Amino acid sequence: MTQDTPLHPGLNLGAPHGEAHTRSEPVIFGFWVFLMSDLILFGILFATYVAMRNGTAGGPGPLELFDLTSVAIQTGLLLLSSLTYGFASLLLKHGNGQRRGLMIWLIITAALGLAFLGFELTDFHSMAQDGGVPSRSGWLSAYYALVGLHGLHITLGLLWIGVMLVQIGVLGLNCRVKTRLLMLGLYWHFLDLVWIGIFSIVFLAGVA
Amino acid sequence: MKNTAWQRELKHYLIGGLLSLILTVVAFAAVLGVDLSRAATLAIVAVAGVAQLIIQVRYFLHIDLSRQKREDLHLILFSLLLLTLMAGGTIWIMGDLAGRMY
Repeated sequence: MTQDTPLHPGLNLGAPHGEAHTRSEPVIFGFWVFLMSDLILFGILFATYVAMRNGTAGGPGPLELFDLTSVAIQTGLLLLSSLTYGFASLLLKHGNGQRRGLMIWLIITAALGLAFLGFELTDFHSMAQDGGVPSRSGWLSAYYALVGLHGLHITLGLLWIGVMLVQIGVLGLNCRVKTRLLMLGLYWHFLDLVWIGIFSIVFLAGVA
Repeated sequence: MKNTAWQRELKHYLIGGLLSLILTVVAFAAVLGVDLSRAATLAIVAVAGVAQLIIQVRYFLHIDLSRQKREDLHLILFSLLLLTLMAGGTIWIMGDLAGRMY
C-alpha cells in the first residue's frame, strides 16, 4: 500500500520508477504553484471578459461573429488531445522504457493541438474580416486577450511537445525527461480545463 | 499485477473522456439543439461546464480528497479561494459600474 502512496497531484510514476518517482515530488509541486498562478491569470481575464460582455460599442457582437460549429470541432480536438496525452503518460509509466509508442502518442497529441490552433486562427481571421478586431470594442479586446492567451499557451505547449520528442530521442527516458513529461501532461490537461471555461462562458453563453 | 494497474488507469482516462464528451454534447445541444428560455440554457451550460471541470480534475489530473497529498490540495484550494475573491469582486464591481453606464 505504501508503494502506491501518491507523492504529488497528477499521475504518479510509482515506486518501480525509483529515483524518477521520488525526485518528481518537489519539482511537480513547484509546477503546481506555476499552474495555480496561471489559473489566477486566466480567472482575472475571465472576470474582465464577463464585465466587458455588453461593451460592444455599437460594433459586431457574439451572434454575428461566433461560429459554433468551429468551436465544437475545436472542443472535440482538444478533449481528444487531452485523452491521447493520457495514453502517452500511461505508456511512460507502464511501458518499461519503450520509447516508440510514447513518441507516437505525443505526435498524435501535437497533431490534434495543431489542428485546434488552425481552426482557432481561421476563426480569428474570419472575425477580423467581419469587423471584429481587438480595437473595435472593449468586449472584443477582452475576447482576444482571453482566447488569444489560451491559444498562446497551446502554441507553447506544442513547442514543448517538440522539445520533449527531441529529448526522448537524444537523452532517452532518464529521470529528468520523465519528470518533464509529467509536467507537460499537467500543463496540457490544464489547458483543456481552461478551454471548458472558454467554450461555456465565452461562446455558448455568448450565443445563448 | 502491473498489467492490471495499467488497465485500471486506462479505464480511468477513458471514463473521464467519455463523461467529458457527453457533458460537452449536452452543453452544445442546449444552445443549438433545443429551444429553451435563455435562463434555462445558461443554467444547463453552467452545470455541464462545472461538472466537466470536476470530471477532468478527477480523471485527468488525478486529484481527489485522499489524505496523502494535503499540502498540494491546500495550494489548489487556496488558489481557488483567491480566484473566487478576485474574479467575483471584479465581476460584482465592474458589472455594477457597467450597469450604471448603459
